[in-house]
Amino acid sequence: MDRFVTLNHGSGGRQTNDLIRELFARNFAMDMPLTDSAIVTFGGKKVAFTTDSYVIDPIFFPGGDIGKLAVCGTVNDLAVSGAIPGYISASFIIEEGFPIDELSRIAESMAREAVNAGVRIVTGDTKVVGKGKCDRIFINTAGTGVLLREGLDVSTASAVKPGDRLIVNGSLGNHSIAVLGSRNNLSFTTPVLSDCASLNHLTTKLLSECNGIRFMRDLTRGGLAGVLNELSSMCRRGIIIEETTLPVDEPVRGACEMLGFDPLYLANEGKLIVVVEENEVLKVLDILRSDPLGRNAAVIGEIAAVEKGKVILTTVTGGKRIVDMPEGVQLPRIC
Amino acid sequence: MKFIDGYRDRDLTDRLARQIRKAAAGTYTFMEVCGGHTAAIRRFGIHSLLPEGIRLISGPGCPVCVTGKGFVDRLSVYAGLKDVIITLYGDLMRIPGSGGRSLEKARAEGADVRIVFSSLDALSTARNNPGKKVIFAGIGFETTAPGTAAALQIAYRENISNFMVISAHKIMPPAMEAILKEGTRLNGFICPGHVAAITGSGIFDFIPRNYGIGCVVSGFEPADILLSVLMLISQVNANQPSTEIQYNRVVTEKGNLVAKEVMNEVFESCDTEWRGLGLIGGSGLIIRKKYERHDAESVIQVKVVESPDDGHCICGDILRGLREPSDCGLFGKACNPGEPVGACMVSEEGTCHTWHKYRLSDG
Repeated sequence: MDRFVTLNHGSGGRQTNDLIRELFARNFAMDMPLTDSAIVTFGGKKVAFTTDSYVIDPIFFPGGDIGKLAVCGTVNDLAVSGAIPGYISASFIIEEGFPIDELSRIAESMAREAVNAGVRIVTGDTKVVGKGKCDRIFINTAGTGVLLREGLDVSTASAVKPGDRLIVNGSLGNHSIAVLGSRNNLSFTTPVLSDCASLNHLTTKLLSECNGIRFMRDLTRGGLAGVLNELSSMCRRGIIIEETTLPVDEPVRGACEMLGFDPLYLANEGKLIVVVEENEVLKVLDILRSDPLGRNAAVIGEIAAVEKGKVILTTVTGGKRIVDMPEGVQLPRIC
Repeated sequence: MKFIDGYRDRDLTDRLARQIRKAAAGTYTFMEVCGGHTAAIRRFGIHSLLPEGIRLISGPGCPVCVTGKGFVDRLSVYAGLKDVIITLYGDLMRIPGSGGRSLEKARAEGADVRIVFSSLDALSTARNNPGKKVIFAGIGFETTAPGTAAALQIAYRENISNFMVISAHKIMPPAMEAILKEGTRLNGFICPGHVAAITGSGIFDFIPRNYGIGCVVSGFEPADILLSVLMLISQVNANQPSTEIQYNRVVTEKGNLVAKEVMNEVFESCDTEWRGLGLIGGSGLIIRKKYERHDAESVIQVKVVESPDDGHCICGDILRGLREPSDCGLFGKACNPGEPVGACMVSEEGTCHTWHKYRLSDG
């Protein structure tokens, strides 16, 4: 392992996984596989429990802000675990000199998103550090929610079988490009909005009305590529996706072409992947497409009996290639 | 994007692949010089559409891959100085210098290293940080050199004295010639489209004339590359090597005269070291005396100690088209995109990186 932590350790790719597995999970004797939420038992009830920290530059970006993100992110981690999010904590690490009016905009935004998601923010903490000791503001949220039904498991991929289909609820990469485009040191702007949204109403509807959902995961830092690689190694199956079916908005594609980024690796904050048995595909698509958060839902591929542990992409020209686990932060290219 | 989609059209690429299969008689080895082409070929799985007799090998046109370790070491030393901000293109972050030390690691240890998208962003960084010296890492071929030159002209004109450049800029034709002189056997070059957009296709004319090897200046979409392959096959079959432009929506014979003038006003040619290829005469661009006060190497003199390369890395042979990444014992093991040993594993456009990232399902 490296002697120092680099930004790659926080990119949600292989280095992040290595750090978590080799350093944290081992010391904490955590159960494998690691999923978005831990499922714990309280008084005989299965409860999902999760936490996440939010550090983003800029803190206000098109389509959201760090506060909205902090609520949605934790809500989504609970939602894709099959839980109904209930209570959330909110802790703030604030840099000395941070404007109070911006803090109140963030708090209002969190309150609004909590109402949207139907969760209550019930506890929290505030710390202020000296100038330069943190980048403006960091937020940590933790959340709990009761599992939708006893024995529900859509996180460990244990039920995933060859022939199951992969569905995403909409366009990929908008969050990454919106945030990148709004950084003030960059000389390009985009009309793209972050997809930052709470997905719990959507997941509750899906899990209540369909019995054939085998796996769900929100697509955050490591993008679709990261999640599919984790999925293929968890279920020990191959995954085949079709490039032509991937929903990517035109401005995002344009930005990717210019910067040399691959939309498969871009972060999202309001997207999930659903693995569903074949005969429920239409039902899932119907439910997704009738919701504003799933209007561009698409079937993007399937679980295969071959190519165990690999993710294969059929390209637009019919060629085939592997989609690897993201390696570090995507770096913009020279020319 | 509609403009791009036309060149990714499946019917069109299928038709071109069929024509290639029909035209191909025997074996052909073509070198794609530019890293952008290597990445596109792998990303779209173009090699899986070609008949067996056609081999596409990657050349020295990934700027990160051919940048000497000494340059990274020098940047690391600058990065460690007080009140210095290093500005660079993203792909430079991860190139290992001596002892595997990269700018990414320097940043983790506290250096102020910032990714920029253009030389003009670096210039803005200098304007916004008057108390600091802002050093821009000038890297790349004829595509990016005019941008660096333009930033230097502005800095000179507006007397932005804290803006400096360290130049590792290179030009393409001498490296292509060096490869031919070293005996790499080729039937044609897929020539770099964006270099030629600046220089014009004329800079490649000496290759068919002196070496009897065809050159097709190609675009970067699947249909562009397939059509370029078809054009090269036709040249070989007819035994009529010449310089042709496939990428004619961007490239002309004469190129961008303004960009060339800016580049020549600021830079002059020099001999320079290419990682893997060694010293190539007249292949580098150094900053002219007039701009000396913005030349980091003349303004801030530092001592740089370079340690020898990892003896097991075969990047040099890969850059010359002599061996492939799978021939390397480190490939995919000790050397991977997260922890690159050789420079070809660093850039998204490096041969080893693209092989690793887009490797075929059959290995």
